[in-house]
Amino acid sequence: MRDNQDIYEEIRNIEIRLLLEAIYQRYGYDFRNYSFAHLKRRIVHRLSSMGLKSVSQLQHYVLHDHDTIQQVLMDLSINVTEMFRDPSFYKKVREEVIPILKTYPYFKIWHAGCATGEEVYSMAIILKEEGLYDRAQIYATDFNQKVIKKAKEGIYSIENIKQYTTNYQKAGGKESFSNYYTAHYDSVIMDESLKNNILFADHNLVTDGIFSEVNMIICRNVLIYFERDLQDHAIKTFLDSLLPGGILCLGSKETLQFSKYYPNFNQIDAKEKIYRKKYTIPE
Amino acid sequence: MDYKAVVIGSSAGGLDALRALLTRINRSFSLPIVIVQHLSPLSDNYLSNYLDNLSDLRVKEVEEKERIEPGIAYIAPPNYHVLIEENRTFALTVDEKVNYARPSVDVLFESAAYVYRSSLIGIVLTGANNDGSKGLKIIKQYGGLAIVQDPKTAYVDTMPRSAMETVKVDHVLNLEEIADFLNKLRGEV
Ligand SMILES: C[S@@+](CC[C@H](N)C(=O)[O-])C[C@H]1O[C@@H](n2cnc3c(N)ncnc32)[C@H](O)[C@@H]1O
Repeated sequence: MRDNQDIYEEIRNIEIRLLLEAIYQRYGYDFRNYSFAHLKRRIVHRLSSMGLKSVSQLQHYVLHDHDTIQQVLMDLSINVTEMFRDPSFYKKVREEVIPILKTYPYFKIWHAGCATGEEVYSMAIILKEEGLYDRAQIYATDFNQKVIKKAKEGIYSIENIKQYTTNYQKAGGKESFSNYYTAHYDSVIMDESLKNNILFADHNLVTDGIFSEVNMIICRNVLIYFERDLQDHAIKTFLDSLLPGGILCLGSKETLQFSKYYPNFNQIDAKEKIYRKKYTIPE
Repeated sequence: MDYKAVVIGSSAGGLDALRALLTRINRSFSLPIVIVQHLSPLSDNYLSNYLDNLSDLRVKEVEEKERIEPGIAYIAPPNYHVLIEENRTFALTVDEKVNYARPSVDVLFESAAYVYRSSLIGIVLTGANNDGSKGLKIIKQYGGLAIVQDPKTAYVDTMPRSAMETVKVDHVLNLEEIADFLNKLRGEV
């Protein structure tokens, strides 16, 4: 049975696809192959907070109004992150990945989709504690310039520090977490010495290619927002960027298993989604 | 009515309620069931294993991009919201918490309503917050069916009460009655 709700929803889905096309053609941000359910949720909520009746109305503002497109770009790029998110992942990095990095005199790490940088500082802390920081060049990229700016500043709300401290300890932290920041009223500033070897930059995983040749890529909770083919597109970029034997780390619920590039990797840890690019590329 | 999916939300007291409900559902039950139970973000997949062991029905944790199959009860993983795509696969997101919760019942219900529309059944069980009320309202707006656990039988009655205040629900039932209701749907699909 097709009732009015079915037709309404079908039309709304068409309007959402048109909106994505408009954003792409006008601004170059390509969300066309992101999870549709995710996009729809964010767009519908934007409609209600702007008091608009239809996606077509929103499209008008997106094309003509600077503030609206800025807002919609923020809506569609989810920047939620934490220090030492999934402590068990960082613990595994210490146990399994650090020994590999220790064999290199110099190495490069790329955080793709680093949001406001908490993940980057977490990794930097581990490198410091393992005595490897000075050998590292760290690239931290995101397609959202606003969050990159915040990442560069490294200033975070003090509210979250308690949880971050717990995460740090669960992740196998060796010092006191407070060694790495200075508190200032209601915020904390990450230590300058963590920033020295980090380069923050704008990079879009959909429309830009290889960023640099690197020994390790950390891309967590970004691919989750992509459809399968777009995931593969990003994984191909990672494969091409990684040196032989390079490490790829994904988010806890993301997997390489269904990728057509899976045969190019060995699994280091199935649960924590840590992979290693093979030295010889299979036929 | 030709129902295609069931979504369930539960919070405090939900473990026992889900066990009581799922263990009563016949093995031959032929709709997918998707469940959000509020959990600590650091918990593992204990809940789905536990319920799978006890029930005839297959119970498993939702995986990213997994195809939704009939006759399986899916549990949202801790610390991720669950959405449903037009092509009947799952999407997971790490968006902000909603009603202080991730996974959130509202997020699942809303997304499921968009896709299943009038062929969706939404069920709100025990819990100490308001999550699920808004979502259930959207399910009703799309012509779906709203069921709430009888607050008198709920471990914590806030969540079912809130749902009843927000939505004109179709049925208020205890857990056995909800299971009977679902078992009887079989054959109409
Ligand atoms: C949920 S955050 C993940 C942050 C961090 N990696 C973590 O796991 O905590 C997702 C990030 O991916 C970024 N992102 C989304 N699409 C992108 C793209 N096409 N290219 C680069 N970054 C993207 C968003 O701007 C956002 O900052």
